[in-house]
Amino acid sequence: MTFVSGALGQAGPGGSALTSILPGLTADGPPNPWFSWTYVVNHLDELALAGKEHVILTVVSVLAAVAIAFPLALMARRWRRLQGPLLSFTGALYTIPALALIAALWPVFGLSLKTVAVALTMYALLIVLRNLIEGLDGVDNDVRDAARGMGYGSTRMLFRVELPLALPTVMAGIRVATVSTIGLVTIGSIVGHGGFGDLILGGFRSNFYHAEIMTGVVACVVLAVTAELILVGLQRLLTPWTWRGARR
Amino acid sequence: MGGTWQWLTDPANWHGPDGIPTRLVQHLVISGLALALACIVALPLGIWLGHRGRGGFLAINVGNAGRAIPTFGVLIIFASWKPVGVGDLAAILALALFAIPPILTNTYVGLREVDADIKDAARGMGMTGAQQLRRVELPLARPLLFAGLATSTVQTVATATLAALVAGGGLGRYIVDGFALQDYSMLYGGTVLVAALCIALERGLRALQRRLDPTARGVHVHLMPGAVEATEVGHVTTR
Repeated sequence: MTFVSGALGQAGPGGSALTSILPGLTADGPPNPWFSWTYVVNHLDELALAGKEHVILTVVSVLAAVAIAFPLALMARRWRRLQGPLLSFTGALYTIPALALIAALWPVFGLSLKTVAVALTMYALLIVLRNLIEGLDGVDNDVRDAARGMGYGSTRMLFRVELPLALPTVMAGIRVATVSTIGLVTIGSIVGHGGFGDLILGGFRSNFYHAEIMTGVVACVVLAVTAELILVGLQRLLTPWTWRGARR
Repeated sequence: MGGTWQWLTDPANWHGPDGIPTRLVQHLVISGLALALACIVALPLGIWLGHRGRGGFLAINVGNAGRAIPTFGVLIIFASWKPVGVGDLAAILALALFAIPPILTNTYVGLREVDADIKDAARGMGMTGAQQLRRVELPLARPLLFAGLATSTVQTVATATLAALVAGGGLGRYIVDGFALQDYSMLYGGTVLVAALCIALERGLRALQRRLDPTARGVHVHLMPGAVEATEVGHVTTR
């Protein structure tokens, strides 16, 4: 009937509260530890596949959001009156729960990666767009004047002056979008494409297999932290002036 | 499209234990209890840390940490953990955990940002620490406090949809059941209801926020370095 019908009606392994927390202390039922290195070692292939899917979904969704947000931000800058409606439209998209969005896209794209990627792009869009607009707005007008005085046209000014100056704000947005997306990918497991989320839902359906669930959650957190560190590193590489001076 | 409209307007869907009013009430009760739990933890802690001016690292980074942990994963952990089990309680606990960061961060920053001169003046007038907190710091921190609550509220009500995944109630049931039964009308009907609820709530809270504090732009005001990034979680209610 429902997603959980497989898991419901079957008692979970492990006896009392104590035995569920502390692996090995099984009063009744087979042991069902939350953390199991044996599980990880025995399922490396599955983990690698899930990780690959998780990374692909995240990268595609965030890049797609950046690709869509960039022209939108330029439009919002050119026609100020568009800014309000654009932000409230993407804001409304952001407000719709991920489960609802993925489920609603499922009849359109089926049980595919596309369903998840499209939904996640919609989420990342608001965060990236807002920070793009804010970053470009934050560029000092005196700097623009100086660039214009040096003979910069509007395109060259955008790419050589405004975007580099907006980069810290833009990158902050991309970081938040990436980390949020990594978390939301897990919900894609309802259509069978949730990266590490497939382990979480899979463990839940296999009679509350704790090790599988926890491995999925921990892998997800590790991925999010790794992505954050990579993006912080990238940001430092791209904007050396923002930190080199500060360190001295 | 026609099917969705028919489902939404079918009187049969508007009463009984599977009816829209019942599901809506379940949804709001789950969200409300989660928010109440989060407030019990986050408000005193935020007020205490903000008043003392300590623990800023914790108060600000808890939001960033929270974002890295998948809500769905925590929900499933609670539901698979025997003392909690499947059902509404797992959802309430998971939602409460994720409602804490916005409230904590905004409360801390709100209290922390009260001008030191104002606090000095209050002390000069002979106010005790508690008086200072109640009559000076808390009123001045109110806009940010409210912004944090609003962010958590919208986020919680939106995420409460997941309760249905662990056999809980709420509007998410239509989505999960519609999906499982391949009943597109129910699926889209549920999606429309959830989306409408969340968007209406977000708009309503934002309007209320503006009325309470016409000058503030919400959590996204640039306060201290670090706070800006942390409160970015609050963007749902900022514009």
